[in-house]
Amino acid sequence: MTGLTQSLALWYFTRGSGAMSLVMLTLAFALGTPTLLSWGTERFPRLVVQLLHRNVSLLVTVFIGLHVATTVIDGFAPIGWIDVFVPFRAGYRPIWLGLGAVAVDLLLAIIITSLLRVRIGYATWRYVHLLTYAMWPIALMHAIGTGSDARAPWMWWLDGICVAVVIACTAWRIIERRPADDRARLAAVGAIVVVPLLIGAWMVTGPLKATWGHTKHKPAPAVQPVDTTGGTGP
Amino acid sequence: MALGQRIRLDIIACDGRGVCAELLPERIELDDWGYPIIDQTPMRGLVLEHARRAVAACPVLALRLEAAT
Amino acid sequence: MSVHERAPIAQTTGPVLPRLLTAIGTKYANQAMPLETHRLTYPQPIMPRRHPIESSIKAIEDSGLRGRGGAGFPTGRKLRTVSSGHTRPVVIVNGSEGEPASRKDALLMTRAPHLVLDGALHAAAAIGAREVVVCIERTKRDAISAIELAIHERVQAREAMVPVVVVDLPPKYVAGEETALVHRVNGGDAKPTLTPPRPYEKGVGGRPTLIDNVETLCHVAQIMTWGPSWFRRQGIDDEPGTVLLTLSGAVARQGVCEMPIGMSMNEVLFAAGPTNGVSAVLLGGYYGTWVSGPDTRWVTLDNKCLRQVGSAMGCGAIVVLPTAACGLRETARILTWLAGETAGQCGPCVHGLAAIAEGMTDLSLGRATVETVASLERWGNQVERRGACSFPDGAVRLMRSAMKVFADDVRHHLIHGPCGATRFAPVMNIPTHRELAWR
Repeated sequence: MTGLTQSLALWYFTRGSGAMSLVMLTLAFALGTPTLLSWGTERFPRLVVQLLHRNVSLLVTVFIGLHVATTVIDGFAPIGWIDVFVPFRAGYRPIWLGLGAVAVDLLLAIIITSLLRVRIGYATWRYVHLLTYAMWPIALMHAIGTGSDARAPWMWWLDGICVAVVIACTAWRIIERRPADDRARLAAVGAIVVVPLLIGAWMVTGPLKATWGHTKHKPAPAVQPVDTTGGTGP
Repeated sequence: MALGQRIRLDIIACDGRGVCAELLPERIELDDWGYPIIDQTPMRGLVLEHARRAVAACPVLALRLEAAT
Repeated sequence: MSVHERAPIAQTTGPVLPRLLTAIGTKYANQAMPLETHRLTYPQPIMPRRHPIESSIKAIEDSGLRGRGGAGFPTGRKLRTVSSGHTRPVVIVNGSEGEPASRKDALLMTRAPHLVLDGALHAAAAIGAREVVVCIERTKRDAISAIELAIHERVQAREAMVPVVVVDLPPKYVAGEETALVHRVNGGDAKPTLTPPRPYEKGVGGRPTLIDNVETLCHVAQIMTWGPSWFRRQGIDDEPGTVLLTLSGAVARQGVCEMPIGMSMNEVLFAAGPTNGVSAVLLGGYYGTWVSGPDTRWVTLDNKCLRQVGSAMGCGAIVVLPTAACGLRETARILTWLAGETAGQCGPCVHGLAAIAEGMTDLSLGRATVETVASLERWGNQVERRGACSFPDGAVRLMRSAMKVFADDVRHHLIHGPCGATRFAPVMNIPTHRELAWR
């Protein structure tokens, strides 16, 4: 396999695992709401919902691990291990990639505090866990901003469904567990209306335009394409 | 011989979510409003293991195990 | 704990009856007794030392004084327990009196503030505390200004004393609960907190805290002046001394009176002058229990006797129910009010009291069925001892007491619907003001 084909394989894997990560993250988020609301039935007791949320969230780390590893190992773009955790340093689309690093940092904080919940106490754990509401939109913007598939219809559908699920779950949460005071309630309702609109507006003016991706930032490939028309093979 | 352990409930933190009753029906029943009524009989062995899971699973960490005196 | 000898207690004989009410005096109607006059009778308390004073604690123990706030806990034992802590204790004077049917503490604070302060300072010296906090409900402005003025008088007179501060409380029933007081003094809401630890172990600033009712401390001041033997000359062996009773309801002479413990309830009621017969009596205020009309004719006002009929002195508030009124209706009104006075922290209390109040209201309005009665019993069992504090237990006790004392009415209401008494003007004085803040 040529260097380019290998790189291309990794590149596809990165994009694929990225899309899967977003789906899994959305699923984990969606399971968080019935967990919080202590929703349960005879068939699906609360403890099952709770465990599903926990296990899917842990599975998310596997997918994101693969996504991140393939990105770094694939030398096509100059992204090192440190760029996975420290945002906005990379040579390739620093902002959008950086958002991915931010999301990874937040996810790590959330996962670690959840594993150590009994030791750190409820109040601390809860404040960190609320960061999920920031992490998910950031992960989405990373996906849209860096992804070369932003304009592909299938990606559009995928993103759309994920966004719809997150908005629906957040709305369900706000309705069932009204925030204590009016200001918090107003802020929450405002957020689920304004944030999607902002992201939508950005998408229309940015990633969805035909010129997105064809920016000056496109890096020189680290591996030169091999001339396969003649000469010695690999 | 150790008497065993029992569950202490922080009733102020408790929110009536009911996960504990699902995990430890041997010792925990829910009242008319979803709040746990906890049997204080000391626990050992298998039932204590279930109790540990129930304590860890409480969404608001309102349960704690302590030595029965 | 080393033993320090104290100057012997003055040998002059103390007042016979009344005792506390002599510190108020008719000359000073609606005014507090000034410091000068007060000091003619009561010597200045000594300053606290580094260690508790054994002889003082023993004097209170020997007197047999029990708390007058409602719980009736032996005061001497409380002093000893708090003084045996590892850090310097603090004294809280519980002047909250959130009980609407009681007015004795307000009276003492407003008209005999120096007796209250002396009691607190005697207690402080006994246990080695160097800080006194007086907790008073914000709405009782007269009491607050009387106490503050009294403190000021002492400063002007250059009386040596430890710092005494007044902390105001929101007008809430549970604000007077021990842990709620401590939480408020520590800067938080006046809501009960989880125990253990109890205030006597860990209270204000994490230090052992003595919390005593205003009236109890007034008795302490008198015991430290005239001695435990004098104190025991009134009352009964297990419960010596006098007690302040607040009379209200369908009686001609309402207000605070002082009686020796063990006085016959019949005599007290007769002296108060019932205007419309005595169907039953609510003893101990809204946190108390009902005593049936027939029982009121033979019981004596002491816990030893009252226990036999399932009642207790409580804070000494007595509300007389006339024969024309409906005991169930009045109980329902009280329970509804109590349900609104929860701190809102514990599920069983918040939901349980609301359910019990609603059930009792239905019963009193003739809308209930036999299921309601069974539900009330079940809810009572599910609520008691399941809150962070004992506030819901009082409501359950009141409900059970009403079901027992007014059992005939319960039957009547179930079979025949509402009784005519519901048209009678309400007897219980239910506060209408609803406070929202907790500080």
